[in-house]
Amino acid sequence: MSFTSYTFIAFLGVMLLAYFLTYGKRQWITLLVGSYIFYAFAGLDCLAFILITTLSSYLVSRLLGRAIGRERAFLEANKETLDKAQRKEYKARSKKKRFRILLCGLFFNFGILAVLKYSAFAVRNVNSIIGLFGGKGFDVPSLLLPLGISFYTFQTMGYLIDVYRGKVAPERNIAKLALFVSFFPQLVQGPISLYSELAPSLYEPHKFDLKKFSFGMQRVIWGYFKKLVIADRVLIAMNTMLDAPEQYGGAYVLLLIVLYSVQIYADFTGGIDITIGIAESMGIKLAENFDRPFSSRSTKEYWRRWHITMGRWFREYIFVPIATVKPMLKLNNFCKNRIGVKAASKVVAYTASIVTWFVTGIWHGAAWNFIVWGLLNCLIIMVSESLEPLYKKFHARFPKLAGNRFYGGFCATRTFLLMGLIRSLDCYRNVATTFRMWGSMLTFRGIGEILGGGILRLGLDLTDIVIILCGIAVMYAVSKISAKTDVRESLYERPVLSAILTCALLICVIMIGNYGIGYDASQFIYDQF
Amino acid sequence: MQQLLDILSGLHPEVDFETTEDLIDDGILDSLDIVSIVSSVYSEFDVTIPPEEIIPENFNSAVALMELITRLDEE
Repeated sequence: MSFTSYTFIAFLGVMLLAYFLTYGKRQWITLLVGSYIFYAFAGLDCLAFILITTLSSYLVSRLLGRAIGRERAFLEANKETLDKAQRKEYKARSKKKRFRILLCGLFFNFGILAVLKYSAFAVRNVNSIIGLFGGKGFDVPSLLLPLGISFYTFQTMGYLIDVYRGKVAPERNIAKLALFVSFFPQLVQGPISLYSELAPSLYEPHKFDLKKFSFGMQRVIWGYFKKLVIADRVLIAMNTMLDAPEQYGGAYVLLLIVLYSVQIYADFTGGIDITIGIAESMGIKLAENFDRPFSSRSTKEYWRRWHITMGRWFREYIFVPIATVKPMLKLNNFCKNRIGVKAASKVVAYTASIVTWFVTGIWHGAAWNFIVWGLLNCLIIMVSESLEPLYKKFHARFPKLAGNRFYGGFCATRTFLLMGLIRSLDCYRNVATTFRMWGSMLTFRGIGEILGGGILRLGLDLTDIVIILCGIAVMYAVSKISAKTDVRESLYERPVLSAILTCALLICVIMIGNYGIGYDASQFIYDQF
Repeated sequence: MQQLLDILSGLHPEVDFETTEDLIDDGILDSLDIVSIVSSVYSEFDVTIPPEEIIPENFNSAVALMELITRLDEE
């Protein structure tokens, strides 16, 4: 059930009504039932997988909780008799046991994800190698990929790790944990929430609050505007170029890069606006996933502002544990005396970064283009970090540049284009084709053709282009204003203007949303991950 | 404390670690520095800082970091 389907709109209406009508201690059960109904639309097979993840995580978290409880009770009971060394030794032993329990949970759940999502990719690669030696290879499996499995698996494994670390207490009620795993607005494209930040808001009762409801609905409509009016319209031109990439080389590649940046921004942030808006209308707070990413002046900054919750997950559960695991600490200390403090830290941090970005890439999809995309991001971050002393010298020489608006604009444009360039791996879906198209872009052939009307031969007419440009201008204006003030709070003080703007936005969605005969809006990009 | 101040000064000699209280928030310490500090604390104090303790509040000042080391050592 896509967010852009009529079925979903009807489902949402019923869901909101049921939620507020069942206000009270057990209101969260309505959400759980609704979430499972939503997920059942994806197929009953998918339901089985989400149930397996819920059940296994519940068992593992309870085992972890029991182990932590036993450990604390033992230490408390023997506070006087154990010396520091004995206490440390006991704790290290208990932690090892706990870690083994955690590993069972992680292997089981990531194993399911790996088999379903990556086995076909692995077999295809093995077959390619066998093919080199003239062998026949294996049949490529065609397995079901449950909706949102990457998102709910990562979110739930984050919960398990937090229980293992003693950051959160294990949930005693399996139905409540089931809701955390399956909460319908965020199930298919995130944000990836932490248990500690989502659970309290998810389980507590929420009375109908007109302000929260209207704020939530405004954000939902804003999300639909971005998705249906801008993203799906831009997609038409992109698809024309991607259907025959060789015909659209040169400057068209640059055009594609810019269009895809607009499309993925409008699509993904639009989807997240719908998600957060729905939750907000029910009084539930979800983590923000974007913070004006295209104003970033560097790749590092961009990744602090784009898909924030995914970045946080990879940083907290992959990068930091790898960089601080004992063998890495020993490696760091070993290198320090030989190559210096900074260089030794780089060895460790870069190793952890490469693993993290490899996993980030493959998380996005079982294909080489995603892996190359992840590793290129890593390479850019490492190179810019290595060049940091040069930047510092440069800025010391030209101190006024840091506050200069044009220089800021130049840095933001550079980051936007660089990120767009490597993101195009996502469009062409083939590493060799992408590299060929990058090479072709350097010729800049076709600029005249595009400006001379070529842009109107990509499936869009002049009206579409005007709508896209106006849409981009509105997104830019809202982004600029929201950097300084909360747009909805400001409008709340002016109810008439707020109502006019909300209605105008809704009319735009209805009148100029990209529908057609037999309308079926395209899937949200992140649904497929 | 002096031992810790020496570690920190080795990374950024220009910073007064005795008084600065926003080492992370002001971007003085980056991820490379954190990796280096965690490994130095391991070798000099025989204390392992677990991932869940690597949060800005524990690294914003030398005092906060020393408190963390003491707590982890005593736990």
